Amino acid sequence: MQTPGPFEYERATSVDGAIASLQRLGPDARIIAGGHSLLPMMKLRLANPEHLIDINDLTELAYIREDGAEILIGAMTRHVDLLESELLARHFPVFRDAEEVIADPVVRNRGTIGGSLCQADAAEDLSAVCSAVKANVVIRGADGERVVSMSEFHVGPFMTAVGDGEMLTEVRLPLRPGGGSAHEKVERRAGDFAIAAASAALWLDGDTIADAGIGLSAVGPTTIEVTRAEELLRGQVPSEDLFVKAGEIAAEDCMPIPDGRGPADYKRHLAGVLTKRALRRAAARALHQEA
Amino acid sequence: MQVTVTINGEAVSRDVEPRTLLVHFIRDTPGLTGTHWGCDTSNCGACVVLMDGKPVKSCTILAAMTEGHEVRTVESLEVDGVLDPVQQGFHEKHALHCGFCTPGMLMTSRALLDENPDPSDLEIRTAISGAICRCTGYKNIVAAVRWAAEHEATTRQEA
Repeated sequence: MQTPGPFEYERATSVDGAIASLQRLGPDARIIAGGHSLLPMMKLRLANPEHLIDINDLTELAYIREDGAEILIGAMTRHVDLLESELLARHFPVFRDAEEVIADPVVRNRGTIGGSLCQADAAEDLSAVCSAVKANVVIRGADGERVVSMSEFHVGPFMTAVGDGEMLTEVRLPLRPGGGSAHEKVERRAGDFAIAAASAALWLDGDTIADAGIGLSAVGPTTIEVTRAEELLRGQVPSEDLFVKAGEIAAEDCMPIPDGRGPADYKRHLAGVLTKRALRRAAARALHQEA
Repeated sequence: MQVTVTINGEAVSRDVEPRTLLVHFIRDTPGLTGTHWGCDTSNCGACVVLMDGKPVKSCTILAAMTEGHEVRTVESLEVDGVLDPVQQGFHEKHALHCGFCTPGMLMTSRALLDENPDPSDLEIRTAISGAICRCTGYKNIVAAVRWAAEHEATTRQEA
């Protein structure tokens, strides 16, 4: 029987209250939201927090809304709501692509974006999605808020910029004109983690690429941002040849390890193919040409 | 800690460790063993119950997290000897063999039909994609949910 190790449990009634509890209880306290990453880790004794602070009552952190030049997503927003959001699908279709293949519908009723990002599992999809769309995250502590980019957020395997006594409260997606985005994933079976997955976003200015973002899942110790391919794409006109070259860079720059999901060379090959496909779909969407 | 969970409309209270999972609380406290405890890793779906009407995996939720919420288990489906249309559909279409996955399949299907009374086969397959059956190959389960959708109105009237 798998049961987590012992811990003390409390429910937060406000964001400030949750942060105060984190400060009071110290580094062995953890926030629990959907719990679908943390509880399995605790069952395996890979995580052994002494205190859990349940933030499921903080409905003020469950929202997806447009605010000026950004889409704002609260940390307690569940996967099912990310999947069903028309606002998000209109501006960043990459989220719906990813959510359709994240775990299964029952798990998606519980899991949250804040939990997914803070778990920082390199095989998790939303971290790659947020990297590709150049998201920023809001981290709140007793002394106020700070905003960090996804590249600053990921500091290592299962490690993020969220410090002791802090929590992630919001994800911000900058809205820029001419955008298109897509997520491509290959998994062994429905609901599994990726063998490899690629998220891509493009922003067009006329017929050239003003900016590009590429994030890869499951092919390195953390989410991989393929900055060398992003540089290649900037200033170019979208074309199949260009996306093939970007895919080749993604295959070169990822760092997969062999495991039960496949050998490293296969994952490297997949990373390249999926990057190419994601870019192709992102461009079609940016040009409103998707069938 | 004292935890009170509303299960099938009745408040159930017990002093448990905070680490007690909902599936064990349901099985041990009111003794409702219809909810099955399967893989323990949120993969198999045998432990699915409804929480505020939505299907959730009770092996990956702490009992303490459900205080103040409505939990509904497979035992609530049959009322006064009349099967829920989903249960009747599983009977008509022979949608179970060993029966281990059945409570989770039934609750997941019940939640689907509550939200979408006329689902396509693809929508049924998507809805149950978080539930594993090793006997049926799913074909009969999909047929059973279709049967339930088609007979929902009539069985309800007869009941």
